Amino acid sequence: MLDVRLRRRIGAFSLDVAFTGPESGVTALFGASGAGKTMAVNAIAGIVAVDAGHVRLGPLSFFDTDRGIDLPIRRRRISTVFQDARLFPHMSVENNLLYGWRRIETGERRIDVDHVIDMLGIRALLHRRPHKLSGGEKQRVGLGRALLAHPRLLLMDEPLASLDNARKAEILPYIERLRDEAEMPIIYVSHSIEEVIRLAGTLVVLERGRVIAAGDVFEVMGRLGLLPPGGPYEAGAVVPCHIARHDDANALTHVAFEGGGLVLPRLDLSVGVSIRVRILARDVLVALDKPHAISAQNILPGRVAGLRYEDGAYAEVQIAVGSVRLLARITRSSSERLALAVGKPVFAIIKSMSIDRRSR
Amino acid sequence: MSLTPAEIESLLLSLRISAVAVIGAFPIALCLAYLLARKRFPGKALLDGIVHMPIVLPPVVLGYLLLVVLGTRAPVGAWLYETFNVRFVFSWIGAALAAGIATLPFQVRAMRLSLDATDGGLEGVARSLGAGPLSVFISVTLPMMLPGIIADAITAYAASLGEFGAIITFVSNIPGETRTLPLAIYTALQTPGGEAAAARLAALSVGLALTGLVLAEIAGRRIRRAVEG
Repeated sequence: MLDVRLRRRIGAFSLDVAFTGPESGVTALFGASGAGKTMAVNAIAGIVAVDAGHVRLGPLSFFDTDRGIDLPIRRRRISTVFQDARLFPHMSVENNLLYGWRRIETGERRIDVDHVIDMLGIRALLHRRPHKLSGGEKQRVGLGRALLAHPRLLLMDEPLASLDNARKAEILPYIERLRDEAEMPIIYVSHSIEEVIRLAGTLVVLERGRVIAAGDVFEVMGRLGLLPPGGPYEAGAVVPCHIARHDDANALTHVAFEGGGLVLPRLDLSVGVSIRVRILARDVLVALDKPHAISAQNILPGRVAGLRYEDGAYAEVQIAVGSVRLLARITRSSSERLALAVGKPVFAIIKSMSIDRRSR
Repeated sequence: MSLTPAEIESLLLSLRISAVAVIGAFPIALCLAYLLARKRFPGKALLDGIVHMPIVLPPVVLGYLLLVVLGTRAPVGAWLYETFNVRFVFSWIGAALAAGIATLPFQVRAMRLSLDATDGGLEGVARSLGAGPLSVFISVTLPMMLPGIIADAITAYAASLGEFGAIITFVSNIPGETRTLPLAIYTALQTPGGEAAAARLAALSVGLALTGLVLAEIAGRRIRRAVEG
């Protein structure tokens, strides 16, 4: 288990976070800018000092102020992928890639250089200098350099934030492959909900230096009252699905989840492939009876699992459908009119068109 | 305009003394610049002051201090002479030492500026990738400083060609041994009818200084391009 606890006070800002994550897979640190995400990863890497805390990975402590342990940065083997890549400008791509790899003892090298170069598609760039690379290429090289240093822990600090959407789409599959192939914990810092949904297994939400929610990404995203940095309109559950079948005649795709299914506009993915579907709370209607003459394709029977009234006109309803929890954002007066209460059977109605296709 | 053999001798002597001064001071300046730019330690302000002293100290005083410490009858100087048969006074090596110390602060200052301009974040990246302190310095810090420090070494060289006060006080004005260009100009001006010689040597000095500065600029640009690709 990855076990992180950090306390640091600097001026008016204080960081006080504790979270755990799996030893293999992505733990996302998610929050608005200024939430303390970058300070947290810099503290983990050892770039900034903490007043108190520890970072442990299984039996190994990178530092632990209680026990007086503080491994020097170069012995931690924690690699970071930065937003600005931070490649060495005076070295070729190849020398950048091999910088950490050359410092690993020959017998300990498990990661194959050629495999990484091919996985990242950077073979043609090996003899170039970093300033001749595009933003996306730089990030791929940064990823390769971090990976080839055989890290015990990989930190990714907003690796896609400085790229346009096309470049992001170009890099994301590489990060997904890395996540699936590399047997190491990855801490992924981001303020983008799409990236988090797509990559994370564990989600840690930060706000003003504190953890406000942490846990399994689906469970956390289905919680009531958790407002993402994008504001209440961005709130929404994430549902783990797989492609069940394609309805080519109508250009639709049916996806299934535990205890239900959804109909989406046609997705270009094979049957059986796992996808994560994000359903925004503002796109979900709530009905007490099953409507018949309605254009919406998705009418899911469930029960109210939670209800939260906000200060203004709105209410947030958590609906259990099979094993998943959906969120619906409706007006408070509607909720009162339907006499919604925990345990009440309801139907969640979702237009196929509204389902967020970016978060596949 | 043609130079007399004695003037050519002065020119070559100047070039040699400056070369030894700058090359000798280079590693010392690099260590000092690194300490001052990247480390915190007690007495840092004092060290900084001592390093920069030659800028504000009258060169004559620098020469005098060297004489007091390294003269053949001074304790350190006598010991060096008896043990290693090394004599600084009345010798071109002494002139190089004086010129080296006089231009050391310029080298340190310039190196410190290039160190400050180098991205310290990249050194952190290198450490996180497993590099030790020396390895970080050689593989990352030094190459990134290089454009700055080569250009500055050339500037320091041009500046040390002009050292006068410290040299004449410490090692005197001996033809063929310590009579560098500035000393030759001074000597010519002291000699009746030497104005023409002084003018020739002065023009030579101006030319050398200008060449040095232009070379430094070009070298800096070239190396920057080579380092950054």
